Formats: sequence, C-alpha cells, structure tokens
Amino acid sequence: MWEYDPVLFSRLLTELTLTFHIIFATIGVGVPLMIAIAQWVGIRKNDEHYILLARRWTRGFVITVAVGVVTGTAIGLQLSLLWPNFMQLAGQVISLPLFMETFAFFFEAIFLGIYLYTWDRFENQKKHLLLLIPVAIGSSASAMFITMVNAFMNTPQGFELKDGVITNIEPLAAMFNPATPTKVAHVLTTAYMTSAFILASIAAWHLLRGNRHIYHKKALHLTVKTAFIFSVASALVGDLSGKFLAEYQPEKLAAAEWHFETSTHAPLVMFGTLDENNDVKNAIKIPYALSILAHNHPGAEVKGLNEFPKDEIPPLYIHYLFDLMVTIGVLLTIVSAIYWLGKQLKWKWIMSKPFLASLVAAGPLSMLAIELGWYFAEVGRQPWILRGYMKTAEAATSSGHVDTMLVAFSILYLILGIASVAVLINMFRKNPVEKELAERSLEQGGVS
Amino acid sequence: MALEIIGISVLWLFLFGYVIVASIDFGAGFFSAYSDFAKKKHILHKIIQRYLSPVWEVTNVFLVFFFVGIVGFFPKTAYYYGTILLVPASIAIVLLAIRGSYYAFHTYGKTERNWYLLAYGLTGLFIPASLSIVLTISEGGFVEKSGETLTLLYKELFVSPLTWSIVLLSITSVLYISATFLTYYANEAGDMKARELLRKYALSWSGPTILSALLIIYQLRHHNPEHYNNMFNVAWMFVVSFVFFVITIYLLWKKKRYGWAFVSLVLQYAFAFYAYGISHYPYLLYPYLTIYDGFTNKTMAIALILAFIAGFLLLVPSLYLLLKLFLFNKKYVKGQL
Ligand code: HDD
Ligand code: HEM
Ligand code: HEM
Repeated sequence: MWEYDPVLFSRLLTELTLTFHIIFATIGVGVPLMIAIAQWVGIRKNDEHYILLARRWTRGFVITVAVGVVTGTAIGLQLSLLWPNFMQLAGQVISLPLFMETFAFFFEAIFLGIYLYTWDRFENQKKHLLLLIPVAIGSSASAMFITMVNAFMNTPQGFELKDGVITNIEPLAAMFNPATPTKVAHVLTTAYMTSAFILASIAAWHLLRGNRHIYHKKALHLTVKTAFIFSVASALVGDLSGKFLAEYQPEKLAAAEWHFETSTHAPLVMFGTLDENNDVKNAIKIPYALSILAHNHPGAEVKGLNEFPKDEIPPLYIHYLFDLMVTIGVLLTIVSAIYWLGKQLKWKWIMSKPFLASLVAAGPLSMLAIELGWYFAEVGRQPWILRGYMKTAEAATSSGHVDTMLVAFSILYLILGIASVAVLINMFRKNPVEKELAERSLEQGGVS
Repeated sequence: MALEIIGISVLWLFLFGYVIVASIDFGAGFFSAYSDFAKKKHILHKIIQRYLSPVWEVTNVFLVFFFVGIVGFFPKTAYYYGTILLVPASIAIVLLAIRGSYYAFHTYGKTERNWYLLAYGLTGLFIPASLSIVLTISEGGFVEKSGETLTLLYKELFVSPLTWSIVLLSITSVLYISATFLTYYANEAGDMKARELLRKYALSWSGPTILSALLIIYQLRHHNPEHYNNMFNVAWMFVVSFVFFVITIYLLWKKKRYGWAFVSLVLQYAFAFYAYGISHYPYLLYPYLTIYDGFTNKTMAIALILAFIAGFLLLVPSLYLLLKLFLFNKKYVKGQL
C-alpha cells in the first residue's frame, strides 16, 4: 500500500532542487573567471576576437545567472521548509557562513549589474575588466561559504550537545571544520574546470560543424588550456579529499570502495558487482592504490566497513558514483592534455572530427561528474544529516503536502530548464559570430 | 541595547528595504504589462526597462538576506515558520521563479510571449500578496499547536478579514510606491508623457493604501487586542507617517520636487513599518514565539552582528556606485548611454 512519508518526499524535493541548482551554480562560479581571462587576453594582445568572446559569454551568462538566482532562492527557503528540525539545531552553530554568503551574493549582484551595462562606457577597457573582479570574487566566495555549511554537516564541530541543548559554541571552529579545506578547494577547482569545458564544448561544436573561423579556434585553445590546468588541480585536490575521508569519514570511503575488512596494502576496486555475500565480482583491482589514495603509502592500513554499526553505513551504490566521477576526471585530463601536446607538436588530427567530438562531449561529461560527486558526497553521509548528531529522518518536516510541492517544483524546473536552453539557443542563432564580427568590422582580429 | 533587539532591528531594516525596492520592481512589472495590454506600451516601456535592468538581481538579495538572517538570529523561526509555511512559501517561490526568469529571458533573450507577459505582470501583484500572508500568520490565531505538531489553519486564514485587508494593503502599496518612484524617474528622464501617466497612477493609488491600512488597524482590535493596544504607545509614529503621506500627495498634486515626494513616501512607510514592528514586540509568532525564547546564543549573535557590520561597510560603497552609475546618472536615465 502507498503511504505518505514526509521524509521521503522531503529528500526527493531537496535532491531535485539541488540537482537543478548545482548546474547553474557551477556555471555561476566558473564562467565569470573565464570571461575575465578572455577579456584580459583580449586587452593584452589587443585582439578584438577575445573581447567579443567575453561579450558573448557574458550574454549567455546572464540567462544562467537568472536561473541560478531563482533556484538558489528556492533551496534557501526549502532548507527551512523541509528540514525545520535540522535548521533549528544547526542554525545555532553554522548560520555565520550562511549569513556571510548573502553578502557575497549582494556584492556579486551589484557588480554584475554594473558590468553588464557598462561595456561601452569606459574609454579604458581595463577599467571595465576591473568590475568583473568583484563578480568573480563574490560568486566564488558564495560557493566557499555554502560549501563550509556542507562541510560542517559532514564533520560537525565547534559546539557541545547535552540533552538537546547546544552549548560552548565557537562559530569559527564550526566554519573551519576538518572537511572545509578539501571540500572548498575541490568544489572551486571542479567548478572552474567544468565551466571551461562547457565553453570548450561550444567552440568544438562550431568547429565540428565545419565552421573553421579563427574566432572559434582561439576560443577552443583558450578554454581547453584553462580546462587542462583546472583538471589537474581537481584531480590533485580530489586525491586530498580521499585522504580527508580516510581520516575523518572512513565509512564513506570504505563504502565507496566496497572495502569490508580493515587491511593493509588495500587495492582500489573499480566498478564490478557485489554478490549476496558482499564479495566483489568482475571488478578491476589496482593493487595498493586504495592505501595510497587514503594514506599516501602502499602498506597503509585502511578501515573497512565491518568496523561500523550496520545502521550507520551509507548505501553501497555510491561505489559507482565515485568510480564514474574519478573516471570522468581522469579521461578529461587526458583529453585536454593531448590537445595541448598536439598544439605544441602541431599534430593535425587534433582538429579532426573524432577528436573534436570528444571535446564536445567534455562539457556535459564534466557537469555529470559534478552531479555524481555531489550525490556521492551527500548519499555517502547517510543516514546522517549532521554526522554523529542528527539523522536525516529526524530532521524532516512533519507537514503534509510535501508530495504536492514535489510535483509543483518538478513542473517548474522542467519549464525553466527547457525555456533557458531555448532562449540561449535562440539568442546565439539570431546573432551568429560572423554577423557580429562583420558589424564591428573586425574580420581580421588583432595582432597575434 | 539587548542583542535580541539589535538582531530584530537589523532584520526589520532589510525587510523594509525589500518592501521598498521590491514594490518598485513589482509595480513596474505590473504597469509595464498593463500598458502593453492597454496599448500604452510606447509611453511606459522604455522608462521601466531602463530602471529595472541593472538592479533586479539586487532586489532579490534583500529577500534572501532577510530569510537567511532570521534563521541565523532566531533559529527557532526555522522550526515554527518552516513547518507551517511549506505551502504558502512554496507558492511564493514558484511565482518568484516565474517572474525572475521571465525578466531575464525577455530582456536578454529578447523573447516575446504574450501569455508570459501577462504572468509577469500578475506575479507582481500575487507575490506581495502571498508574502504578506506571513505577517497575517504572525498575528496569531491561525496556527494550532498540539504537543509537538504545528498545523496551519488554512480555512480560518482564508476567511479572515484580516488576511484580506493585509493583502489589499500590500497590493495597493506596491502600486502606489512604484508609481511615485517612476514618476520621479520619468521626470528625470524628461519624458513628460510617461510622467503624467504615472503621476495619475500614483495619486489614484494613494487613497486606497491609507484606507486599507486603517482597515487593518480596525481588524487587529478584534483579532489581536494586545497588539492593538500596543499601537497606541507609538501613536505618534503613525501620526508622523501620516504627515509624510500628506506631503507626498501635496508635492505630486502640485507637480513639484518629485524626488522629495519619493523621499517623503519612504519616510511615511518607514515610520508606519517600524511602528507596526515595535507594537508587535516581543512576538515573532503570537503567542508561541518571542524574540527572547527564539534567540540564538550570545556568541553566535555577536559573530553575526560583526559579520553584518563588515558586510555593510562593503555594501554601502558598492550600492553607492550602482546608484551613481545608473539611478543618478542623468545621461543614463535619459537613454543617452
Ligand atoms: C568535474 C567534476 C569532478 C571531477 C572530475 C572529480 N570530482 Fe571529486 N567531487 C566533485 C567533482 C569532481 C564535487 C562535485 O565537487 C564533490 C562533491 C562534494 C564535494 O565536496 O565535491 C566531489 C567530491 C569528492 C570526494 C568526497 C569528498 C567528501 O565527501 O568530503 C572525493 C574523495 C573526491 N571527490 C575525489 C575525487 C578524485 C580522486 C577525483 C579524480 C580525478 C575526482 N574527485 C574528480
Ligand atoms: C552546501 C550545501 C548543501 C547543503 C546544506 C545540503 C543539505 C542537504 C540536506 C539537508 C540533505 C538531507 C536530505 C536527504 O538526506 O535526502 C541533503 C541530502 C542530499 N543532498 Fe545536499 N546539501 C548541500 C549541497 C548539495 C549539493 C550541491 C547537491 C547537488 C546535487 C546535494 C545533493 C544532495 C542529495 C542528492 C541528497 C540526498 C541523499 C540521499 O538521497 O540519501 N547537496 N543535503
Ligand atoms: C544548500 C545549498 C545552497 C543554498 C541554500 C543556496 C542558496 C542560493 C541562493 C539563495 C542563491 C540566489 C542568490 C541571489 O539572490 O543572488 C544562490 C545562487 C548561487 N549559488 Fe547557491 N545555494 C546552495 C548550494 C550552492 C552550491 C553548492 C554552490 C556552489 C558550488 C552554489 C553557488 C551559487 C552561486 C555561484 C550562485 C549565484 C548564481 C549565479 O551567479 O549563477 N550554491 N544560491
């Protein structure tokens, strides 16, 4: 029989909103940096192609910002609407970064408004570029603050809980909890990486379709180069995140690796299946790699799942989420490295259709890795909402109607998703690069 | 001063900021849509676009600031309001989402859809109406507490005359505030046709705002006598508020000093808004939650206030820059930039 369960529906609605918001949030964090890089290169090389690149990215960006803002407002309210018990408890300890985040938004919103409407107001382009710095700082800072909140949920500290009463609060200790450094660094680097790959996908798409305009080649070069740098950074920080887990959330790492018995010289298990006795089948095993990921030493001991109470172990399917994220990360690093190497060595085939196709796929794959990573991190924290203190089921609202709201928001996001894609496509189709270049009579670009 | 009072004053200030900037935004959206259907688009459209374009995102942040801040300073509100507001707040979120995205799609994406324009204009009235429900609920009588469970009494809420008076005030205020501001703005732009039309709107919505405000006070007498009696302690603030109202109307009527007319309108609302807030003291949700038992701990409160001061020092110059470049820039306002 079907039964109304507010906890289940609250989870589904939170997942839905965050899954949707994170797409726009990631773009919101990464793209201002990319715009700034393009505009800066344009000014330095005195090349109008890059300036136009920055202009066109900005135009697309405002659409994604708008959706980011409305979905962000939704999740901000939903945290209290769906998890009132959690917010009441955690709010006493972790509201500081949440509060500071709104200032970061404020800062970003003000300067974005100014930046958008002052393209032709300044004689000196550099002054206009300066306006973008607060935008980039504001959006990265907001990601940092919200990630601190999420880090706190994973490794809460900075308070004492006795009989439901919270005492000895240290807001700074709560903000700078053990999960904060790796989490913030990984979220930021992957957001920059993903944004660069998405913009690279667009350039590669035009080249693949046979439009060999130098404008697209410059765009591809700039974006893939940037993406490569941030992919390497993401992988390095990802490795550090693994070490963090081994130390502070060993059950998450063990579940991600299907590592049941505590042992030394632990192998890394990629993919595969589990049988009824929890024996791993059909997997690729990389010897010692788990010990290295966890402690930087092939002989190190890694805690296994059997050491934890049965009802405090996260769902084991997060193994696939983790593997897919890492696989995508490694593949994309390789693809962008090949591009760079090919450029240096003047390989012709990096402009061939199959290779361009792989670059087109890079953007969507990278966004998929973001989603997988978040699902891994969040599902891997279950059954806890505040690890060690409050379970997800205790945190949810008791309100009726969560199911109706789930339906309403599904429809809303569906419409928003379709509409934003349609508007973006329409916007750039109506005003292709060639037309805009002709209008500005810049066919030649600049020097370089 | 007690930390609780500082906290609620800061939040009330931002809520007031939101009421003013959002009213301008919502009303502008409504007038813009209305003028389109009434075939007066050419008169109003440009003026409204020029004002709204650079500032719409900033408007939204005021709201975010308020609801994040209130959970920070008063974590228990997350529990009380979070539990009961699921449906009304979700409706407001959906409306805000339609409105925000429409605005961006339309302005930057240059899409033209008539039904969407209609939705945009109407959300300008529905959003303030749905948000104002929270004020009604805070007056008490619409929430039932049995043991640990809280339920919102939808039927009582829906049939209460207090609800509808507050809704009425929110809608008329949106139109009045917005028309007065846009009159000033059109005047700065030297667009006399738009100015005359907007001035007419402003004058015709001024009366209804006062009437609905009186209606609310009358309802409160029966609904929440405690609050009603407290209002007399701050009666002078209501009187000052009314004086500013008269000044605004006088200036609009005489076609003089539109900027000052708007300043006086802001003061009118500020006095009334604070008088209302002060007389509501100490309740956040009558009679269950006061600012004292809902308050966060002292350490966090001080941290939040410090963060607020630091943030404020950052924001004031930035906001000044925004206003200087757009609102107070004659060339921009006139469409020469
Ligand atoms: C483009 C996206 C992307 C890519 C390519 C990677 N990750 Fe990642 N990963 C994320 C996007 C992401 C994320 C979305 O940003 C997460 C989710 C939550 C978080 O803190 O970051 C994350 C979480 C996350 C965690 C969990 C941290 C925690 O729960 O506290 C670990 C251990 C890793 N990652 C490790 C890696 C490794 C070893 C990678 C190797 C290449 C890797 N990630 C690539
Ligand atoms: C920093 C910010 C974040 C906070 C404060 C936060 C908050 C929460 C809360 C309250 C839950 C409990 C609900 C549940 O267990 O289903 C949850 C779970 C979840 N969150 Fe996060 N979240 C954050 C970031 C994200 C992001 C960016 C995503 C991206 C997609 C995400 C995805 C999820 C998912 C998928 C679950 C469900 C876990 C499950 O199904 O068991 N979260 N999060
Ligand atoms: C529970 C989690 C989250 C909450 C409560 C939340 C809240 C919000 C809110 C309220 C806004 C709109 C602000 C405005 O009015 O301007 C917003 C936008 C934004 N959020 Fe989230 N957010 C969450 C998760 C995240 C995560 C995990 C990231 C980054 C990794 C992120 C990055 C952003 C960015 C950059 C924007 C600005 C929109 C843009 O510029 O595109 N958010 N968020």
